Amino acid sequence: MLPFDIPLGQWIDGALEWLFPRFAPVTGAIKAGVTWLLANLEMGLNAVPPLLLVAAVTLVAWRVAGRGVAAVSLLGLLLIDGMGYWTEAMTTLSIVSTGVLISLSLGIPLGILAARSDRFLAVLRPILDLMQTMPSFVYLIPAIFLFSIGRVPAVIATVIYSMPPAIRLTNLGIRQVRSDIIEAGRAFGCTPWQLLTRIQLPLALPSIMAGINQTIMMALSMSVVAAMIGARGLGSIVIQALNTVQIGKGFEGGLAIVIMAVILDRITQALGGRQAASTLGRGE
Amino acid sequence: MIEIKELTKIFGPEPGRALALLDAGYDKERLLKETGHAVGVHDVSLTIRRGEIFVIMGLSGSGKSTLLRCVNRLIEPTRGQVWLDGAEVTAMDRPALRELRRRRVGMVFQRFALLPHRTVLDNVAFGLEIRGMSRSERRERAREALALVGLAGWEDYLPDQLSGGMQQRVGLARALATDPDVLLMDEPFSALDPLIRRELQEELLRLQRAVHKTILFVTHDLDEALHLGDRIAIMRDGRVIQVGTPEEVLAHPADDYVRAFVQDVDRSRVFKAAHVMTDAEPVLYEGGGPRVALRAMRQAGRSSVFVVDHDNVLKGLVTADDAVAAVQRGDVGLDHILIHDYETTGPEALLADLIPVAARTRYPIAVVDERHRLLGVVARVSLLAALAGEPAAARTGSAGGGRGARAAL
Repeated sequence: MLPFDIPLGQWIDGALEWLFPRFAPVTGAIKAGVTWLLANLEMGLNAVPPLLLVAAVTLVAWRVAGRGVAAVSLLGLLLIDGMGYWTEAMTTLSIVSTGVLISLSLGIPLGILAARSDRFLAVLRPILDLMQTMPSFVYLIPAIFLFSIGRVPAVIATVIYSMPPAIRLTNLGIRQVRSDIIEAGRAFGCTPWQLLTRIQLPLALPSIMAGINQTIMMALSMSVVAAMIGARGLGSIVIQALNTVQIGKGFEGGLAIVIMAVILDRITQALGGRQAASTLGRGE
Repeated sequence: MIEIKELTKIFGPEPGRALALLDAGYDKERLLKETGHAVGVHDVSLTIRRGEIFVIMGLSGSGKSTLLRCVNRLIEPTRGQVWLDGAEVTAMDRPALRELRRRRVGMVFQRFALLPHRTVLDNVAFGLEIRGMSRSERRERAREALALVGLAGWEDYLPDQLSGGMQQRVGLARALATDPDVLLMDEPFSALDPLIRRELQEELLRLQRAVHKTILFVTHDLDEALHLGDRIAIMRDGRVIQVGTPEEVLAHPADDYVRAFVQDVDRSRVFKAAHVMTDAEPVLYEGGGPRVALRAMRQAGRSSVFVVDHDNVLKGLVTADDAVAAVQRGDVGLDHILIHDYETTGPEALLADLIPVAARTRYPIAVVDERHRLLGVVARVSLLAALAGEPAAARTGSAGGGRGARAAL
């Protein structure tokens, strides 16, 4: 044992206490932006009659992923509505969508930067490992500290948890583009921007789509954790059931989350697969 | 015209320091062992003429691909200059270099390097798109380029749906679509199987006759180098050890390395009729008679002689036996004994193509130009001597009757 203590926790507390008032304008702005996005998404989703949305999702699933996924989507969504959890599902969807949008709009550019610079990747990699392995409860605490409880810290936690795959798979996809194709681009006089948009990103698209799929899955898996800090939605049903030991209700909430996960996963995967096929030149 | 002046490329973290050591007399191995720097190209100077196919030939690691990439600066030279038609490429800033790559220097790659998510047409249009040309115009130009390489009708396919040979035709069309002055070709046919490779080599030669680009062609295949190159530079360990025409390289290897290299070459695919033909003398003029013919043949020790008119246009052949018979009959002219079933060939015909001809004819093969004027003759003996690798045969060819033929080439 060391003859002294390392009060890491106190240091972090001290740092946050120092940071908080100085970053208040920043956190305020973030909070306002996230709230705005959330509110609009939720309002939009709730404005659509449930059956119309069910029909739309089923249609998309059928066109993109085939008959099986369409059937699962139809039955699953009707079940959610039938169990009386439609509003909660839309709330969860709006939190997940907001989190995913933010994750992707930060993660894909970061992934591009990481692919362009080994040094940047070297700095980024341990941070990504930390984001993914640190138990999510741990960063709920500073999220609450900075944004108080509710949906905003839930979105922030979702972003932290779901962004790494978008970064990693964008980076990977770009780095895996054949070097002679890159060379061909340079040989024909591409600017760095042309190289990125006409060669690197299109060829990295299957990998990026896989990253998007994983980001969505991870964001959804945060919905129960998000409920713990006061975000409503399907997660809060599970939490309520947990607190009152209602096994049936807990199962219902869990099942609803699984249904949404399956639908989102299959549709985005099918989209990614289609991209992969056309990138590899096998047509539709 | 491309000029490469004293160009050196060193790979490693501190090329400047390594360069100083190289100048101080370190050799390649020592530099690599002691400093971790690899010499890619070592003090190469070359002049590539406008409109020629210049082949850089060497084994892997000889620096040939590095040298090629220094021309459009895909690889930055450590020292030395590259000039293209009076402009110093090595002094250009980024925008000027991009402009050079977009308009003046096209490139073809070993593994084709096509964009798999784009159709053949959009691949060919790529260079024009990068240049900022409108969609309709670039597609029009791409269509023309595709037709040029024989792929009209394949516009809407994806590269993966095409065979290797066709994919490389697309690569070639992409390079030609921007109408550059210079084509850099980095082992473009090496990934193809031999038959297709041969086909594309012929295609390139055919195209070159139409487009007259300055082509810098890298290969490790000596046969390919000899077949395609107007001139060849042979590289080893980053240095150019010989530059010359295929015949020069074969007939006069610069050192033992090149000699060992060219030993097993299929000479029949390098030497042309013009290189091995001998002087057609003596020839007969149309007005002559059988007695004149006999005397000429006796003096030259031949059993047949070609007959030409005063413009040197080939009219026929007379054999000694027929001439003797004609003299006995008392014929005045040669008309009755003039033979027409002899074989003729152009000066550019490869010996490989002449061998079957020589096998089926009893007479020497007449080498004629496009106006059917007699340039020389190829006898079976000189054909065999050239194939056996006797430099004398080739030298006689280019020093004697070959001179006129060279001019005709």
